[in-house]
Amino acid sequence: MYQAIVFFPLFGALIAGLFGRAIGHRPAELVSTGLLLASAALSCMAFANIMMTGETMSVHVLSFIHSGTMSIDWVLRIDALTCVMLVVVTGVSSLVHIYSIGYMSLDPGRARFFAYLSLFTFMMLMLVTADNFVQLFFGWEGVGLASYLLIGFWYKKPSANAAAMKAFVVNRVGDFGLILGMAAIYFIVGSLQFDEVFASASALADSQFDFLGWTVPTLTTICLLLFMGAMGKSAQFMLHTWLPDAMEGPTPVSALIHAATMVTAGVFLVARCSPLFELSPTALSVIIVVGAITAFFAATVGLVQNDIKRVIAYSTCSQLGYMFVALGVGAYQVAMFLLFLGAGSVIHAMQDEQDMRKMGGLRELVPTSWVMMLVGTLALTGFPLTAGFFSKDAIIEAAFAAHAGPHLFGFTLLVVAALFTSFYSWRLMFMTFYGQPRCSKETLSHVHESPPVMLIPLLVLAVGALGTGYVFSGIFIGDQQEAFWGASVFTSADNHVLHDLHNVPLWVKLAPLVMMLTGFFTAYIMYIRDREMPQRLAEQHDLLYKFLLNKWYFDELYDFVFVRPARWLARVFWRGGDGYVIDGFGPNGIAANVLMVTQRFVVLQSGFVYHYAFVMLIGVAGFVTWFMFGGGQ
Amino acid sequence: MTDWPILSTITFLPLLGALFIMLVRGDEATVASNSRAVALWTTLITLLLTLFMLTRFDGSTAAFQFVERVAWLGDGVDYAMGVDGISVLFVVLTAALMPICVLAGWNSIKTRVREYMIAFLVLETLMIGVFCAMDLVLFYLFFEGGLIPMFLIIGVWGGARRIYASFKFFLYTLVGSVLMLLAILAMYWQAGTSFIPDLTATGFSADMQTWLWLAFFASFAVKMPMWPVHTWLPDAHVEAPTAGSVILAGVLLKMGGYGFLRFSLPMFPIASEMFAPLVFAMSAIAIVYTSLVAFAQEDMKKLIAYSSVAHMGFVTMGLFSMTMQGVQGGIFQMLSHGWISGALFLCVGVIYDRMHTREIAAYGGLVNRMPVYAALFLLFTMANVGLPGTSGFVGEFLTIIGTFQISTWTAFVAASGVILSAVYALSLYRRVTLGKIEHEGLETIADMDRREILIIAPLAVATILFGIWPMPILDLTASSVDALVSGYQEALAAHHSSGH
Repeated sequence: MYQAIVFFPLFGALIAGLFGRAIGHRPAELVSTGLLLASAALSCMAFANIMMTGETMSVHVLSFIHSGTMSIDWVLRIDALTCVMLVVVTGVSSLVHIYSIGYMSLDPGRARFFAYLSLFTFMMLMLVTADNFVQLFFGWEGVGLASYLLIGFWYKKPSANAAAMKAFVVNRVGDFGLILGMAAIYFIVGSLQFDEVFASASALADSQFDFLGWTVPTLTTICLLLFMGAMGKSAQFMLHTWLPDAMEGPTPVSALIHAATMVTAGVFLVARCSPLFELSPTALSVIIVVGAITAFFAATVGLVQNDIKRVIAYSTCSQLGYMFVALGVGAYQVAMFLLFLGAGSVIHAMQDEQDMRKMGGLRELVPTSWVMMLVGTLALTGFPLTAGFFSKDAIIEAAFAAHAGPHLFGFTLLVVAALFTSFYSWRLMFMTFYGQPRCSKETLSHVHESPPVMLIPLLVLAVGALGTGYVFSGIFIGDQQEAFWGASVFTSADNHVLHDLHNVPLWVKLAPLVMMLTGFFTAYIMYIRDREMPQRLAEQHDLLYKFLLNKWYFDELYDFVFVRPARWLARVFWRGGDGYVIDGFGPNGIAANVLMVTQRFVVLQSGFVYHYAFVMLIGVAGFVTWFMFGGGQ
Repeated sequence: MTDWPILSTITFLPLLGALFIMLVRGDEATVASNSRAVALWTTLITLLLTLFMLTRFDGSTAAFQFVERVAWLGDGVDYAMGVDGISVLFVVLTAALMPICVLAGWNSIKTRVREYMIAFLVLETLMIGVFCAMDLVLFYLFFEGGLIPMFLIIGVWGGARRIYASFKFFLYTLVGSVLMLLAILAMYWQAGTSFIPDLTATGFSADMQTWLWLAFFASFAVKMPMWPVHTWLPDAHVEAPTAGSVILAGVLLKMGGYGFLRFSLPMFPIASEMFAPLVFAMSAIAIVYTSLVAFAQEDMKKLIAYSSVAHMGFVTMGLFSMTMQGVQGGIFQMLSHGWISGALFLCVGVIYDRMHTREIAAYGGLVNRMPVYAALFLLFTMANVGLPGTSGFVGEFLTIIGTFQISTWTAFVAASGVILSAVYALSLYRRVTLGKIEHEGLETIADMDRREILIIAPLAVATILFGIWPMPILDLTASSVDALVSGYQEALAAHHSSGH
């Protein structure tokens, strides 16, 4: 059964990708979607199974790399953590497949699109079922490949190609850390298998090793290297620049990448390695700080963006910051719970409009979409009883209740970010669906409700966004959490954050709600009541507005610090290093002299090649002769 | 095992084919088509024999197998052939790439077809000989002899600046060859034999090891090629015909790495340990430096050539870590680079044959007209980048793991190659295949035909198969590498305990 969950999407991808043109678009779509639905159904069964039995399964598939004492196999490992991811990944992916049947119905390359979607899902499943770091890395990079293909799906668009490449390269910066982390783990522990590495975690906690000439604490170094990988994939502050650009892909791709799958790989990595992270307070502090800054930074940028897709991208980025704060304070279960919040993000991401300034008043034209968006917004902002309420509030409370690290720093930024989130989410709603339409009559006449094949997935997600929080809060973070998670997530003995978060002061409990309401009213005043106000504010605070609108100038900064120097160095090495120094003093210098001499002696029409061959033969003959006459004695 | 000299058969069968081609008579067209047919059949039969040899090869022992030894020049210089776990796969790689090379020049070579095929067959004999030779003198003859047909291939069927390229090649290798020849003489005087297993057991003095190591290094470093003696490679590749590039990147570059494994490391362990930091530094510089230079290239072949130098940096780094993972990774990387870079050069050849330019800026949007080509090119680009699931990953990963245990700095710098390779490889792919078709002449460009797909398909299969399941290769090399590493460690332990 577990093999089927993981490999069905691969079969789907191969059938749609290799035979898509032979069997036609519709069969390719149906086969890959059908296989994915089967995989999702089996995932739910696996989830139920683990909930009942609580056991961890290992399914050996094939041997992979055995070298010396290193032995790595392809093994599917199924435990509670994996099961949660299986359900989320296959669930969201199935819905995205179904949605895409409608969305891509006129695209000439849709068989290829479904192949990429299924490939993406397969890689994600390999990642979450990994039993060792190398298999995880396979899924990790595979997801990177699939996202490269998906973002660049419309290959005629230069911006899409640039975004695809940017996503791959920025992710590779994170992978650089992950590879070194794996090398360090193998060097210290002598294994890359999860169980063996985690078993030796406590022994590593106080040890040190020599890294780049410094003596560094082993566990913290390893954790920070791994976290660097997580930062890339989960678009954390400084490695986030690829995520907003990734919106260049078709809309279902944004949903798949942003909401519940690709970007959560980093969250999964940290949760999976909780036995390591939990023993390194320094690493956890770094995670809190990075997560909190991400949540805050992305929320500030989201405030002023005019492209819906960009708002949603920064919103995702900000939610991921929340998850990392939860990881940092040791509330891994809460972080995983926030995945269900993804439903809201997916709904948002599936909106196909672009510039909000040109919209407005769409409520009457597309009522169903409006309802869906409303549900998504409620869930995202943490309206009571939605999935967002249970998870996000829990994270804020956990950040307050935690004892270790810069948790109050995290708490403060998260509360402010909650205000911003509420503001930009409602701003998006008001600008899109309320007021008078700001687009031309002609465009307006084209606005119509989506077909059922696109609305039904949204409906399912809406139900999920509203319902799952209530249903699952018990087993994820409530009384039954220990029984459910078992050994799949490790929390150290003195970590009571899950317990403590229920006992925080009342004002902490109310803070997110107050922030949500404040954000709502501010957005209401600025975009419904006094429509001139945003304009005035932007003019009054021109510098701040520009700073936020240009996303804190990260792209420009990186261009200046990395891209240009790299281009410059490349030319210096090539023209100067290779051309001038090495060739100048080496072959060309010698050649010039040799040529001068030889041209006087040798006139061979065919040039120097035969000449050399001739010299070589004479040399070899001479050498052999010398030996035959006993010269070697 | 077999009771007939299978290695000699494999080695000299191509030479026989070459002689046969010489006998072909008739008008020009007949000669050309017959030469092609003979070359193809010869290389295919050689490949079949090689595969047969592989099935009889016992991977559980580190000893040389299929050993043939007959007196040759006397006084300890014998004609000795044999393969072990380190060399056997290089023989297979060579034999497997040759039919591909013959097919790659099937239509694109129009002048002197007979001579072209002869050059390739002679080259095959010499290359296989390098990996089978169990005698140092015999090795040297094959090793240096292999350059002659390669020069001819570049010099006769090459591009506009072919004379410059082959001359540069000549100058670089000349220095290394002379020094290596001197070292071989010195070793022979010292040991009284040129039989490789005996030389390995000799145990040269530490001082002598230093000089011998440097002399061999001069030759192998040029062949690899290592930074800073790499500048011949881009020029040679650019001027060589497609098949020449395939064989140059696929096999000839591996002779340097093979030389390290066969001579430098087992015969001069003390010197190897002493010079390892130098090799690490050169490898790390190669990876970053040439990756950056690759990024600035405007010629497709040059870009891939520079990327080869970076990939060979991983190999030298892994080999000189002398850990199981490093050495096995280095060997794997050499083999895998053999078919990946070969395939990349074939990919360049496919569009060069159509448009007669290698300039990146002359292309763009090929995926619109050539979907099959775009898919295959993407596969090999990703393999070149070292994506897990392709064979490019396994070697890179193992060499980094192995080197980290010895030098974290080297591993750290090398790992940055992971980012840089993505930059140059993906930007090449983007500029050539993606976007709209905007250049003249590309609107009607045709996708790969059957022959081209047939040539490249085996390489694609190898890339994916050994990326997911590298065990056949790792198993075959394990015993020999284990013996190499443990012999090295023992020699060092003995040296250090003797008070040095």
